Amino acid sequence: MIIKILGPGCTNCVNLERVTREAVAELGIDAEIEKVTDYPAIMGYGVMSTPGLVVDDKVVLSGRVPTAAKVRELLESLTG
Amino acid sequence: MSVAERLRPTTATRRCAGLGAATVAWLALYEVNLPLWDWLVYDVVGLAPASRLGSGVHFFFYDSIKIALLLIGIIFLVTVLRSFMSVERTRAMLGGKREGVGNVMAAGLGVVTPFCSCSAVPAFIGFVAAGVPLGVTLSFLIASPLVNEVAIALLFGLFGIGPTLLYVCAGLVIAIVAGYVLGRLRLERWVEPFVFETRLGGQVIDSTAGLTWDDRIQMGVEEVGVILRKIWPYLLVGIGLGAAIHGWAPEDFFTRYAGEGNPFAVLIAVLIGIPLYSNAAGILPLVEALHDKGLPMGTLLAFMMAVVALSLPELILLRRVLKPPLIVTFVAVTGAGIVAVGYLFNAVLP
Repeated sequence: MIIKILGPGCTNCVNLERVTREAVAELGIDAEIEKVTDYPAIMGYGVMSTPGLVVDDKVVLSGRVPTAAKVRELLESLTG
Repeated sequence: MSVAERLRPTTATRRCAGLGAATVAWLALYEVNLPLWDWLVYDVVGLAPASRLGSGVHFFFYDSIKIALLLIGIIFLVTVLRSFMSVERTRAMLGGKREGVGNVMAAGLGVVTPFCSCSAVPAFIGFVAAGVPLGVTLSFLIASPLVNEVAIALLFGLFGIGPTLLYVCAGLVIAIVAGYVLGRLRLERWVEPFVFETRLGGQVIDSTAGLTWDDRIQMGVEEVGVILRKIWPYLLVGIGLGAAIHGWAPEDFFTRYAGEGNPFAVLIAVLIGIPLYSNAAGILPLVEALHDKGLPMGTLLAFMMAVVALSLPELILLRRVLKPPLIVTFVAVTGAGIVAVGYLFNAVLP
């Protein structure tokens, strides 16, 4: 699983990365977490409100920082 | 488990009961605030209401609590209401709109769309790349910080409904006119070329799709925490300065230099306000104290608008997509609008 955090590096993006890492650690899944800070690349995903969360090249969340529990729920539903 | 999660109601009944209890508690606190500090400062501690120290200390505590309560109430309400809007939906509504109508819509949407200044650049690219005219996009970017919930909450609490409505209308007019003028100037050549070359990905998702009422309420509670954590230092400094001015500054000190007698007061206030980086929370306690000292409302509102609408960090952020001549024009046109509004208010208001 490849998880990407979209955002130029503002507080919200840092927070999203933190809760995502927490969720991944709790689930014990094998995931690679990358940061995407380049604006054209962010727009390439159609995300206009940062931060955005992309799992395996699919945008699953944008515009707000969810709780770690919410991210865990999202990742669980995606891993099946 | 966070406070928000523990408070999170799970059924409709519990949700209503929780909201009802919170409303009652809020009203009760708001009502006892003044008598409480009258009693504590004047009766228990024994400071004289007419003394500098007494009125300064009273102002500081009473105002801090009042402002905190207003902020909590209004931020919560606005966040829940705004959760029905999103930048994605706003762009869809603005797509294909002509200048003029588009500027009016963009300014209005700038007020109601949930938007953080850190998203200014992606939103700018997203709007322009989707064919929203440059001037219309700028109307949105001006209105969004200018007419914000924190400013509205504080203006309403400190000055009442009249000045609040004036401020909101003036903010909208500035955003509409400045955006329209900037659009007419044909400044597209000063937008970084990569903006026009950016291709939007296919799967644009609406960030507010599928939210339940519980989600929206939880977002409201979280947003109150996030904003208060962000603005409390500004608020304390502002209230502290306000209290100092309130208690210690000589009665005619400010009116002598920035009162109605000085025709350049508004211009100077705006020039000082532009580079200053603060937010409505830090500025309004100061505005209140200066107003008590007899400064005209137009000068003060213009100062506040210059501080919240234009700031160095935001301009540095926008430099990623706008070339310097466009940034300078943007600041000049918006600043001129704020100055005009300041003089107009000073002329019209008693």
